[in-house]
Amino acid sequence: MNRLVIVGAIVVMGTAAAVAQNLPWNNPGGAQGPAAAGSAPPGPAPTRDIGGIWDAGGAGIGARGMQTAPLTAWGETVGKTHHSGDGARMVPADQINDPLSVLADPGGFPRQLLFELRPFEVVQMPNKVLMLYMFEKRWRVIWTDGRQLPTNPDPRWYGYSVGHWEDDYTFVVNSNGTDERTWLDNAGNPHSDQLKVEERYHRVDRNTMELTVILDDPKAYTRPWTPRDKLKLALVPSSTDLMEMIPSASESAAVRSIYAAEAAAGKK
Amino acid sequence: MKTFCAWLLVFAVAAVVGAQDWNRAGLPDSAINAPKTKAAPAPKRDITGIWDAGGAGIAGPGHESAPWTDWAKQKAASYKPGNGPRAVYEADINDPLSTVCDPSGFPRLVMYETRPFQVVQTPNQVLILYMFEKRWRVIWTDGRALPNNPDPRWYGYSVGRWEDDSTFVVNTIGTDERTWLDNSGNPHSSELKVEERYHRVNHDLLELTVTLDDPKAYTRPWTPRNKMPLTLAPANFDMMEMICSPTEVMDFRKNISDRSNTVR
Amino acid sequence: MSRIGPFAAGIVVGEAARIIFFVVIVSAPVAAHHGTASFDTSKDLTLKGTVTDWIWANPHCFLKFDAMDETGTVRNWAVEVSNPTDMTKRGWARGSFKVGDVVTVNLQPVKNGAPIGRLRSVVLPDGSTLSAMGPAPAAAPPPQ
Repeated sequence: MNRLVIVGAIVVMGTAAAVAQNLPWNNPGGAQGPAAAGSAPPGPAPTRDIGGIWDAGGAGIGARGMQTAPLTAWGETVGKTHHSGDGARMVPADQINDPLSVLADPGGFPRQLLFELRPFEVVQMPNKVLMLYMFEKRWRVIWTDGRQLPTNPDPRWYGYSVGHWEDDYTFVVNSNGTDERTWLDNAGNPHSDQLKVEERYHRVDRNTMELTVILDDPKAYTRPWTPRDKLKLALVPSSTDLMEMIPSASESAAVRSIYAAEAAAGKK
Repeated sequence: MKTFCAWLLVFAVAAVVGAQDWNRAGLPDSAINAPKTKAAPAPKRDITGIWDAGGAGIAGPGHESAPWTDWAKQKAASYKPGNGPRAVYEADINDPLSTVCDPSGFPRLVMYETRPFQVVQTPNQVLILYMFEKRWRVIWTDGRALPNNPDPRWYGYSVGRWEDDSTFVVNTIGTDERTWLDNSGNPHSSELKVEERYHRVNHDLLELTVTLDDPKAYTRPWTPRNKMPLTLAPANFDMMEMICSPTEVMDFRKNISDRSNTVR
Repeated sequence: MSRIGPFAAGIVVGEAARIIFFVVIVSAPVAAHHGTASFDTSKDLTLKGTVTDWIWANPHCFLKFDAMDETGTVRNWAVEVSNPTDMTKRGWARGSFKVGDVVTVNLQPVKNGAPIGRLRSVVLPDGSTLSAMGPAPAAAPPPQ
């Protein structure tokens, strides 16, 4: 009996070592279904800690776009020029003019949170919080050193962000200076460069976080609105190597020509 | 009066600091070129921080390579670079990065437009966040093996380890053959193996050496970056955004490069 | 082939594509993504005109302006400089020009006679000069 136990232990240890040496690459995340149950043993939320790799599962994708507040006249005018692949402004594939999906222009911020929110890694440092996104493989810095957001900022695709702890479990981020050329979401909802974004990351317990996103853009919308309301994020193992997911202009062009060919064939 | 003057000074400093807070393009040349001989000693097993190679990182004309194999000659026969020994006229360039905005990929990210980047160390990773393209890379330090026969990625697959207390060595495979190695149109195959050596010389100075081993494309390994010096930037350095957008590139081509076709 | 330093620019000359390299002493290389093949680097053209557009983008920023030139007509010129990152180091910004600004531009035109070129320096309405080539200013103003 003892020998069996020892052999069994050796086999288990050997397997564990083998697994450790050959940890999987290219994890696609849980987009095909509900967010995976968190990876750590259950436990309370650590204080002032949102570090780790987080996955919203299928709920992160946002293919249909978001329900918005009413658009202003300016917002309506701009929105009408957006011919989207899904949602309220949906058009046939060969007529889509979404700069992200058709041209591989940067998705920008806050679209990064509202569309194709795939797994992302959060790293906390003394003066900043970094967010590393699987989608587009872009990073974002949220400064926590007390600096102010710039007044009259030069627009950036991914804006400017500062953050602070509202309490021991809620990290609040404020952003401005986003580029008007980006769409808010996959339904072609517009935004202006006056947009202010608030994100609230609430660490619920060791394995769970909730993300709330509030948009305040008086030029485009008649009131603030909340496209993500306590979106559930599950902690995934820290050894997770995320698949690469990068739109490329040449691949987008190849897809475009397929749609155009299909449309032309359809018209014959 | 003293208090008033003190507050005035605080506001004045804050105003100056505030103006510097966002969108830094790089360290001034004086910082890049200053000798670092009096810096504090290198911390052990620590290459964290924001590092800037200055002008040397850009490498517009590309790198002198080892001799090409026949495979490489065939692969690069259609490459029309904008700079280096095979440069063409501007209207004819077909560099997927600069004329289309396809991802620059790896190792081009460390061979061309190597702008400031931030190195972060976690218990099982070294992460590098690049100003150019605003892309990030993960280098796994948990002992995992590189994958066998990997599906190519624009930025490859990387593992890393400490060779000694001041030298971090990274090995990368599985890069995408569509990317150019550099701005002079040197090609590579998907069998390319890249070794980076990050040597922390002292507190303020890091040296990067890149060795390429691609027997399908080159007759021997070669070292395009040899102890390229990088200067430590302050921790509050907010990197300017530097992202290629296809629509902006198309606009540039329409306005300038496509119209500058030259009399031959 | 001799080793090329980071600040070299190349010119392709003639059908045989013989390469002549010269080292340009610049602090931050200009127009790194391509060399000077299309430009007539021996020509030094100065034009006064009115800004019609200023594009602040990768891989090149470019300025468009209407100017009377040697053709005797007013043409819309498009002149490139380097990318926003390099130009920021030289004190340029997205807001450096407004449509309607009267500017004096010194440039290298392209060889085929089209109203296109590479900007060397420009005098702004307030009389100050922004340069795109040569050594960067010792202390560029902080970004906005």
